[in-house]
Amino acid sequence: MTARGRNERLLVRDIAHARAGDKGNTSNVNIWVYDPEDFELLKRSVTPERIKKEFPRLMRGTVTRYVIEHLHGLNLVMGEALEGGVNASLNLDSHGKSFSYLILGLTLDTGESAES
Amino acid sequence: MAKANGTFRIGTGAGFSADRLDPAVDLARRGELDVMVLECLGERTVAFAHRDRMADPRRGYNALLDRRMRALLPVCRAAGTVIITNMGAANPRAAAERTHDIARALGISGLRIACIEGDDVSGLLRPDQPFMDEPGTLADIGRPIVGMNAYLGADAIIPALEASADVVIGGRLADPSMYLAPLMHYHGWQNCDLAKLGAGTLVGHLMECGMQITGGYFADPGIKEVPDLADCGYPIAEVVRDGSAVITKLPETGGRVNEATVKEQLLYEVHDPASYLTPDVTADFSRVTLKDLGNNRVQVGSAAGRARPEKLKVTVGFDAGVLAEAGVSYAGPAAGARGRLAVEIVETRLKETHGIKSPFRVDLIGAGSLFATAGKARADSEEDVRLHVALRTTEREEAELMLWEVESLLCCGPAGGGGYRGVITPAVETKSVLIERDLVKPTFEMFVT
Repeated sequence: MTARGRNERLLVRDIAHARAGDKGNTSNVNIWVYDPEDFELLKRSVTPERIKKEFPRLMRGTVTRYVIEHLHGLNLVMGEALEGGVNASLNLDSHGKSFSYLILGLTLDTGESAES
Repeated sequence: MAKANGTFRIGTGAGFSADRLDPAVDLARRGELDVMVLECLGERTVAFAHRDRMADPRRGYNALLDRRMRALLPVCRAAGTVIITNMGAANPRAAAERTHDIARALGISGLRIACIEGDDVSGLLRPDQPFMDEPGTLADIGRPIVGMNAYLGADAIIPALEASADVVIGGRLADPSMYLAPLMHYHGWQNCDLAKLGAGTLVGHLMECGMQITGGYFADPGIKEVPDLADCGYPIAEVVRDGSAVITKLPETGGRVNEATVKEQLLYEVHDPASYLTPDVTADFSRVTLKDLGNNRVQVGSAAGRARPEKLKVTVGFDAGVLAEAGVSYAGPAAGARGRLAVEIVETRLKETHGIKSPFRVDLIGAGSLFATAGKARADSEEDVRLHVALRTTEREEAELMLWEVESLLCCGPAGGGGYRGVITPAVETKSVLIERDLVKPTFEMFVT
């Protein structure tokens, strides 16, 4: 893990890398840990339930998570998440290409409280 | 096209419609390739191409075809490299004829250019055809349909290769199929050999986005460094008969190939890793193995395959009016507050003064835009923000009105606004439907210089 300041929470970006793609109004983000030892932490931190809870206005459909155990990666598939999709969205990033960093910007569930 | 050691070398020379050309020329010159694939078509690109064709029946193919062919034909000819591309977009015949003319002008004789047609299925679908992945039917669109293209698979491309084509040009050729077809042809893989079809589809999927596997779209300074991105090399796949492959790039090019770059591409635009649907096969990437051999070489293997989908996917493009965008910037002390005031004014003017009902959105770039819907419209610094208004409408006058309102902020809005720009671009929307395979009959015609 990358060292961060004492009061800073660790982010998914500190242990993993990701890429986003789109098909119609569905976005997918694949996420891979650098160190296999961090995979359990990633799985605990990036769950469909949490994605729905963090971004309720954005995630209007079902969020499905595929686990690629042997390569230490996750694939999040988020239905109705692209504000209509590339042809209809009014978002500057109508493909949702930046969603990889939406996920990488989540704090990790390290089991410590937010104030620590 | 045969190498003594049985390894087939495919390179990518474009991974999307506007991809770079100079590294493709370098790869064609030094790559000792059997095949170079130029993948230039997305869901919207084909719909826009149909609009171009309606405006001029000689157009409707990739706008960069001339430049690409002029640069690549002589080099690929000299190297014995076959070009396979979907640059034909909505008009493969015009693209093939244009390529034929370019080759003749360059003095290349005996060049065999195969034009693949049959992906245009306009007129073959009934209005009650249901959408593939959402409620509704074609009849519900209610806007002029500009084009309908079925995804063609390897079986549409192989006959052209059997007829010794030097250049294969089609329209909606499925991306991975452009790689799988020459692999089947060269290695003698049969349609019943599903594991091989899965393996070839994996190669195609990894390669089809060009530099997205050689370090492009990957760099994150301080964490994921990529050397010399300004001179990034396109990828090469060295594929052996059993279907396993090494992904690499030319020496003395920028970029990087390692396990991480391959992983990010492995599931790019993939949903269930065990069921990646193409016209050729239901590919299974869930047990794919990766081995970093060092020196920008990664070995990939263990893709699997199940029977291909019964029906073919069709992209239906239709006229969606225009997208209007306009903006004004604010900088310096309290720029954020002035920008937010501008947001309020524009929203009031568009909604209440003009009663605009078409969907529009107002963002403040610098204080939250891309992630605004995700609930993250905050910024550490608000010293430089830009109002950005986007409006979709079928009424051009409404689009012009929005631009006018944003520009009027220069005199009627908050203090210190500047840098107005406004643009109105035609919009197309797409839907997907399925079609029976029997109805789609791909053909090819050979043009020889």
